[in-house]
Amino acid sequence: MVIDIMLSDFFQRALAGGILIGITAPLIGIFLVLRRLSMIGDTLAHVTIAGVALGFLIEVYPLGAGLVFAVVASFAIEKLRKAYKSYAELSIAIIMSGGVALASLFFTLGMGYNTDVMSYLFGSIYTLDTQDLYVVGAVTVVVVAVVALFFKEFFLLSFEEDAASVNGLPVRLLNMLITVLTALVISTAIKIVGALLVSALLTIPVAISLLIARSFKSSVILSVVISEIAVIIGLVIAGIWNLAPGATIVLLLILLLVLTMAGKKGLSV
Amino acid sequence: MFTPNLEDCHQPVVELEHVSFSYRGQQVISDLSFSAKERDFVGIIGSNGAGKSTLLRMIVGLLPAGDGQIRLFGQPIRKFKDWERIGYVPQKNAFNPLFPATVREVVMSGLYNNKTLFRRVGKSQQQKCDDAMEVMGIESIAGKKIGELSGGQQQRAFLARAMINRPDLLILDEPTVGIDAKTQADFFELVTHMHQHHHMTFLMVSHDMGMVESYLGQEPKQQNGSINFYVRHSHDIQNCEVPDLQHSLS
Repeated sequence: MVIDIMLSDFFQRALAGGILIGITAPLIGIFLVLRRLSMIGDTLAHVTIAGVALGFLIEVYPLGAGLVFAVVASFAIEKLRKAYKSYAELSIAIIMSGGVALASLFFTLGMGYNTDVMSYLFGSIYTLDTQDLYVVGAVTVVVVAVVALFFKEFFLLSFEEDAASVNGLPVRLLNMLITVLTALVISTAIKIVGALLVSALLTIPVAISLLIARSFKSSVILSVVISEIAVIIGLVIAGIWNLAPGATIVLLLILLLVLTMAGKKGLSV
Repeated sequence: MFTPNLEDCHQPVVELEHVSFSYRGQQVISDLSFSAKERDFVGIIGSNGAGKSTLLRMIVGLLPAGDGQIRLFGQPIRKFKDWERIGYVPQKNAFNPLFPATVREVVMSGLYNNKTLFRRVGKSQQQKCDDAMEVMGIESIAGKKIGELSGGQQQRAFLARAMINRPDLLILDEPTVGIDAKTQADFFELVTHMHQHHHMTFLMVSHDMGMVESYLGQEPKQQNGSINFYVRHSHDIQNCEVPDLQHSLS
């Protein structure tokens, strides 16, 4: 029975999608957490839902519509961050509420597709089709390639933005790149864990790695490893006991965080 | 015997011409003209809120000058591209102390500039990093996290980062704020020693007059509002020869 589930096409697609998101989410999440922009994940997730809802309404590939919405919103956040420099979190609050408002507007315009949209709110990794998997795969290639190409610049930008400017780095462009990559990752990750839980996948593996890593490089590697452990074990557990996969992955991450904190405290006593 | 021509070998490094800056309708810097030449040590001293950090941020291009002209190494700042010629030491609280970066990672980041985009860090860059850490005496803590170091060690790491490209202009923004008096004195001694032995121009912002007066004298060369400029000119130092960084500190 368990083996049957594991060998089924839908489970294997879910596992492949989960493993890919398990790489990209913490890879972008670390730059967001270190720049104190953890909430940007939630914001873009809510805007993505508005795009997905519109996609269903006008019969366009929902994940694609969500992706476009997230990228546009990421530009708007950067613009608002500049306008309200001293109140950076304002941009996040404005865009998030705008996203929720748009999503509910599209919900009410097309009452017939509510169940489909719900799957994006809470995630439905088992409904991942081949087209979704291609999109997730393409996003993973782009994210990994860009982060590898600009790893040292992203490091300096996150560590000390002023020093990056004084060194003549194109700070605005690099900031924009991180925001657009975030939009790409979130719009694909909501199919896996759902819009309401997506920021957990971006931030909790990073939170755990920050407790134990001894360098920036090791914290990046560790956060990806932790995320993969949670995604793979979470999917298997969810498959065996018929639990919600997104919720299982997130709760497993929180359990790992608690265990790491307890272990660290135990060592320091 | 050859005598170097002091006028010829001391080109302007930083030039400000009639620079003004206003913030929220309040004039912070008004019609300031000033120039620092090669191997000058300039102390920009003033109380909190005097506008000295604003001035420094304009000089490094972090803030656009409201009026007037700023030139670095003879080029208008908007066209300036040789950022590797400038080393920058920030205020102690300019970074997140919980950031998981090692001293080596921080020092190495001094090499990441507009000309190293798309380039990998090679062995020669690693060697530059080792050299800079050795000169600052921090090679034994290269693997430690920057946030776990004392204030003095952190500033040495930032100084090593600024020095890694062997810059022509070293800019220090209140480098010793929040550090105990003994460490402040040690750090300032290190900086002045570097000034005497390297072919570099120094621009240091501080609110602590006591620390700089022994080196820069008690009388400011120039005043603008509440900002005072103390300068030790390069001709106070013997000649224009370029000493080797490694040997001079060893």
